Formats: sequence, C-alpha cells, structure tokens
Amino acid sequence: MADLHTEMCGITSPNPFWLASGPPANCGEQVMRAFDAGWGGAVWKTLGQPIVNVSSRLAAIDYAGNRMSGLNNIELITDRPLESNFKEIAEVKKRFPDHAVIVSIMVESREEWREIVKRAEGAGADGLELNFGCPHGMCERGMGSSVGQEPKVLEKITSWVMEDATTPVLVKLTPNVGDILDPGIAAVQGGADGLSLINTVKSIIGVDLDTLVPLPSVAGKSTNGGYCGPAVKPIALHMVSALARDPRVNIPISGIGGISTWRDAAEFIAMGSSTVQICTAVMHYGYRIIEDLTDGLSNYLDDKGMTSVSELVGKAAENVTDWGNLDLNYNVVAKINADTCIGCQLCYIACLDGGHQCIHTRKSECFAFHGESDHGEHPRIEVGPAINHKAEGDGPDFLPFVDEEECIGCNLCSLVCPVPDCVTMEEVASSKASESWNERMARGAG
Amino acid sequence: MPVAELPEVRLETRFEDAKPLYTDTEALVEANRCLYCFDAPCIEACPAGIDIPTFIGKIRSGNVQGAAITILGANMAGLSTGRVCPVEELCAGACVFNDLNEQPIQIGRLQRYATEKALQKESESGHKLFTAGEDIDRKVALIGAGPASLACAAHLALEGVRTVIYERDEVPGGLNTTGIAPYKLQATDSILEAEWILGHGVEVRTRVDVGTDVSVDELLAQYDAVFLGIGLGSDGMLDIPGMDGPNIFGAVELIRRIKMRSDFSIPPELGRVAVIGGGNTAIDISRELAMLGVPEVDILYRRTETEMPGYEHEMAGARSKGVRLLEHVKPVEIRHDDGIVLLAEHSISGSSMEYRYDWLVIAIGQEKQARELVPGIEVDTNGRVAVDPDTGLTSISNLYAGGDCINGGKEVVNAVADGRDAAFAMLRSWGLRAKLDKYQED
Repeated sequence: MADLHTEMCGITSPNPFWLASGPPANCGEQVMRAFDAGWGGAVWKTLGQPIVNVSSRLAAIDYAGNRMSGLNNIELITDRPLESNFKEIAEVKKRFPDHAVIVSIMVESREEWREIVKRAEGAGADGLELNFGCPHGMCERGMGSSVGQEPKVLEKITSWVMEDATTPVLVKLTPNVGDILDPGIAAVQGGADGLSLINTVKSIIGVDLDTLVPLPSVAGKSTNGGYCGPAVKPIALHMVSALARDPRVNIPISGIGGISTWRDAAEFIAMGSSTVQICTAVMHYGYRIIEDLTDGLSNYLDDKGMTSVSELVGKAAENVTDWGNLDLNYNVVAKINADTCIGCQLCYIACLDGGHQCIHTRKSECFAFHGESDHGEHPRIEVGPAINHKAEGDGPDFLPFVDEEECIGCNLCSLVCPVPDCVTMEEVASSKASESWNERMARGAG
Repeated sequence: MPVAELPEVRLETRFEDAKPLYTDTEALVEANRCLYCFDAPCIEACPAGIDIPTFIGKIRSGNVQGAAITILGANMAGLSTGRVCPVEELCAGACVFNDLNEQPIQIGRLQRYATEKALQKESESGHKLFTAGEDIDRKVALIGAGPASLACAAHLALEGVRTVIYERDEVPGGLNTTGIAPYKLQATDSILEAEWILGHGVEVRTRVDVGTDVSVDELLAQYDAVFLGIGLGSDGMLDIPGMDGPNIFGAVELIRRIKMRSDFSIPPELGRVAVIGGGNTAIDISRELAMLGVPEVDILYRRTETEMPGYEHEMAGARSKGVRLLEHVKPVEIRHDDGIVLLAEHSISGSSMEYRYDWLVIAIGQEKQARELVPGIEVDTNGRVAVDPDTGLTSISNLYAGGDCINGGKEVVNAVADGRDAAFAMLRSWGLRAKLDKYQED
C-alpha cells in the first residue's frame, strides 16, 4: 500500500485529504468526527470578528437529474464566539495530535491580524490559512476576495501575518481575478509558506421563475454568493496548474474546487497540489466519503508503482503548455465501431450542426464545402453543392460513418457517444514533421 | 354529458391501473434517461410518427404543455394511446437502449404523464393547447365515433371545417371505450378523452345508426366529404355444430359487458373458461377473467405460441395471472351436457381430444361490415375497405376511410393516424393545407 502521509510546508497529516474551511469544519465536535472517520486534516471554518448570518443560505444546480452539480452559498465566516472556537481547537489538537488543524482567519486591521494569529497559534493550530477569497458579504466589508483581488493589499497583509506567525501560513486565493498568477506571486512576495485555491466563484445560481427572486431567497431578496461543487473543478484545475507551472511560485499548493472522488483528488495532485481540500462533497454525502478517497488514491498509486503521494505531485502539470507550443501537424480522426453502435446518431447530428460535417449516414446529404482538411492553413470558406456520401459495404441506413479525409479530430463525436469505446479517436501518421505555432512564427511562415 | 350516462357500478372498476400515472419525480428520472437520439428509431416505429425525443426533452425541461402539444399534434388520442399502445412492439421496442442492454425508455408512461398533466392544467388554467380554426365553409360527416373519426374530426375542426360524427352507440370512443382491457384504460377515461377532442368544435350525434336512420349516400350529398370510421362488426363465430347453445360468448361482447354494464357479473360458481383464439383480444379477455377470480382460464389455440398474433408481453402478462395456453387445439364440435363439452382434434396429429368447460369465449376476430353499409365500396380479399394509402380515399369519391375497417383490426394509434391523414388529404383536395400536415410528395 502506498503511503498517504503528507507533508506540506511543514504541516504533516496522515493523508492529503483536508476538510476545506466551511460548514463541515465549523466546530470541534464535527472535526473530531471527521478525524475519527479518517480525514487527514481540517481547515477550521474562518475565524474573525463574529458576524450574523441570514436564514436561507444555499442554493444548488441540478443537472439531468443529478443533485447539486454546483452549490452556491451566502454564508459568512463563523458566527460562534471566538473563545469557543479556540477552546475546541485546543481540544481537537489534544485528542488528535497527528492530524493537521489549520485555522482559517480573516480580520481587518493590523492589530486584529496580530491578535488573531496569536490566539489561533496559542490554541494549538498547526498552521494558518488567510481567507482572501470569500466573494460574498465579507468582501463588502473590505475583507475576503476584496483583498485577494488587490495583489498589493494581499502582499501587505500577508507580510503582516508573516511577522507574527510562528506556524506555516497558507494564503487562500480567490478565482475571481483576471490572472491567478498576480495574487499568487503577491502571496509569495509577502512571504507566504503555501497557497490554497480556489475559493468560491462569485455567482448567482439561478432565479425562481415563479417568484422571480434569485436564489437563495432571503425574505424575497437575494445576493451574489460563492459557487463551488463539481461544476467548478475545471476552473480550479487550470488555476492550480498555472501556479504550479510558474517558476516564480516556488511554494506548495493545497488544491480546492469540486473534488468529490479520489480521481478528482489525484488529478489535483497531478496538477501540482500537495494536499487537497474538500467541502461540498462532504456537505452532500458526509464524512464517510473519506474511505473511498483514501483507499482509492492508495490503490491508484499502487497501480502506478508510486509509493507516496509526493511522487504524483505535479506530474500532469509538466504536460500543460501554452497553445503556441502544441504540434500543429498531429492528427487524430474518429473511428466508429459498427458492432457496438446503437444508432442514436448523436455523433452525426453533433458533427453536422456543431462540428465540421465529417460524419454521414447513407440517408444524409452533406451541404458543406469539402476541401482538403489541413488544420487551418487553407480555411474552408465556400459552401459547395450537396454531396451524397456512400459508405463502403452495406451496413444499415442508421449507421454513421466518418469521412476520415475531412475529420479534423475535434473529439466531439466521441464525447457525445453514449456507448463506451464506440467512437474512438485514433492517431494518423502525418507526412509533416512536428511544428508548433510558435515554431512556425519563428521561421516566419505565418 | 355522455360520461354521466355510464353506470357507476361496472365490473371494470374493480381493476387497478397496471401502469399508473408517473409522479413528477418518476417522470423526470425517466425523461432524463432518454438520449435524445437524432432521426430516432422510436419515431420511425410510431404509427403516428410522434416526435418522441422532442416531447421527452420538453418533459425534462418542465415544459409539459409543450410536450403535450408535440404528442397531440401528431396523435389526438395521445392520452389513451399512452396507456394502450403496445409500446414493447412499437416505440420502446425500437429504443436504442435495447442494444445497450438497458431498459428501453418507458415512452408510453411518459406520454401518459405529459398528456394527462397538460390536459389537467389546460382545464384549470383555461389556456387551450389547440383552438378551433376560423370557419372555412366546408363540412364533413364522420361515421362512427371511434379513435379514427375522432382524430379526423379534430384535425378538420382545428382548420375550421364543420364536422358531425354519427355514432350508433350512446357514448363516443368506439372500442377505445368499450373494448380496452380495464387494467389499461377504463371506459370513463376514454369518454373523457373523446369529450376533450369533441370540445374543439366537433358535433357528435349519438344513437344515430347510419344505414338505418340516414344513408351514406344522403351524407355524401349533404357534406363535402364523408369519413368511414366504422371499425369492425360483431364477434366472428366458429362454424362447428353446437355453437348456438348457452354460455358461449363473443370476446368483444364479453369485454363490453365487463366495461359498460351494471347488470353483468361473473357467477360465483364459474370454474373453468376456455377462450378460443390466439390474438390480443383472446389474451385480454383471459387475463380479465382470471383477474375477476375465475379459477381456470385456458386459451385454446390451433397452432403454437410462436404463431400467435397476440403479443409476447401480453401473453406473459396473462400467464402471470394464471392463464394457461393449450396449443394445437382445433375445435370440431360443441356438446351441451351439464356444461360445455368441447370436442377437438390435435391440429397436426389429428388425434381427438375432449375438454369440459363452463363457458366458452370465442376470440377469432370480428366480422367485416363495410359492404353492408356501403354496398358498392371496393374491398380487398379479406373484406377490408380498399383505400389509397396516402389519403385514405376509398373507391367512392369524397368517401374516405380509416381505422379497423381498412386494416382489419390494428392498434388505436393506427386508427388515429389514419383519421389524421384522411383529414389532411381532404384539406389538400380542397387546395388547403393543415398547419400540422407534414405530407411530402415523393
């Protein structure tokens, strides 16, 4: 069995799975139950000057019958007295000395930061996480994402904390920025020991069409919230990898954003996360999901011949590059397996209306201009006469077939096909040597 | 209203719905499974050509009224056909999921859900799904108020044609009212659907027997066109000795009594019933009798199960209620001797067999009656009214026909499609085109 023990900027935990700062890490009783269930660490629900929350705080997107593909919240930081939180943190650390307890904090003034750092560390925190990400409510008061969106302010406050902190400090970033590198580099310059991202995406999740009040409704009014859950994973993966790839960001990353399964977690780790944080999936299914998270990841590492999580960190980030470095002469074409095709023709209509008119059936006529497909060197700009395509052999009328000369290898057909491995994308040898856009520019080809 | 004339106490009300109305959640879960195929095989398999993936997509988005318009625009009896269509043999049988080892989409149940919910909403809100067209100074008479005539009349009325249906019975709906197995559809539901269709400006004159009270020629003279939707006649009988004795019933008539009559009941001492035939009517009446508590119900069929015209899923349903199938039984003679003694021979070996039953139900098809009504009309070798397949026009000008009288007894949905297409063809013959008409010249 691969070793899941993790070390991140000096914080150790039995596994890389931490509860993200949020409702599942709201109090000591919860965190202790989570640790009993097998969680490696917890980032305590953000502490600051206690606030008052509103009633009705969450709303979700269901997609095709699946509940909570995306979740939106307008809850603020802790609404419990700081004293209770610190007492419980101390109790958790006493009972679970080997687990990681990181305390998320968010206050305003220099003095308040100094004070809360001292108290959190005094309670026994293994590390601190500066919440510069919350995009609702707190940002209206000059905290949360309003700090994360101003690199100079972020750097300044980080440096304040670094003056006082004796434990590792993670800066939690907001995705609500133009370029995640700006706040990431500012955190590094402020002296942060690590980064965690993403916080929630500023959003309004939907509108109740009966009342015409957006969701969630608080006495007939709503406000923007923070979006999280499976839907935001691609946004987070990109941002994590962007930071992991940049040489100026030389501090570890704790990945957050839509992680529900060990597969999601493995992807975040491969894209450069040393640990991962999870909130929405726990809100949906409870702490019990940790069993599959840990043994799924462990089995995967075994299968890959890796003995520890650290071996996986950043392995996929190495394969992320700029578009300009991609090989323009690499070709794949779609192949349809006639034996497993069920005739739904979703590939046909997707290619016809949303692709490049390269899939046909015996019944169909094609109205697109067909010239040699050469990936943009000679764009197809004319509309030609209808071409009645004939498939070879005598399959049934419904069976789609690919005009491989025309297929530009976009993958769409393979994405819409409901049958496993029925449409596959296969590499075709290119007569041309590998060349990227940047290389083409360099030789002046245009 | 006619529905009120139906007696409250009828045997059929003792049957539970075999496939009850989906709840909103059930419908959404099932609708979400649909792949939304392009050029979908389910549409091809639907005799009415309903755009099934589109209506299911509309259920998925919460647009139930839109789903019902998609269904009813192609099939005005969408509500009842959602319940009575043999989807296993039609749309669901063609569903691509059959090739993916998954249960096909329950299209019939989704169709029932969309139409039943939408019609309920229509009656509550008053927002009509379809409205009668402006009068175009044309009038059509329709004979028989079964599904074919109802669909034909509805499509004509939507285009502003004045329509009058002549019905011999006291209630509309034809066999949809009097002949559907009650665990699928009860007479009241069929009549309510007929009344909804009639509500689009169709006049119905019940208890008028065309042929006796008024002749087809008189109708042809009074109207721009006449539609023959007369279905089939009474139960066919075996041509063997002893058929004229007591306790021998025609299947269609027996089902009618179960569904319509307040004074009909199954005698408590009834022990053994034989149903002779191999079609769906034979299977239906067997299952109904078994469900009504008859201890032994046998279907006697002259060939084997493989050759039975009745559907496999229907036979399985009947067996689940205890019905037996006896193969190779060819009835030869009936004797009446403290009950019924059926003498038969094995259809291959010719060996003699003897059975004892309390009742005998004959389900070998219905008589053709078109020639009695319209003596000069051209019929095929099986006695079915010959029509142009695209238009439904018979050998007599301005006389159209559809439903069982042209196909010898198919599904409700076939009758509906025939009626609809005849309506479109009439309009085209007047140089008009129905909004819902998708006919294309080859």
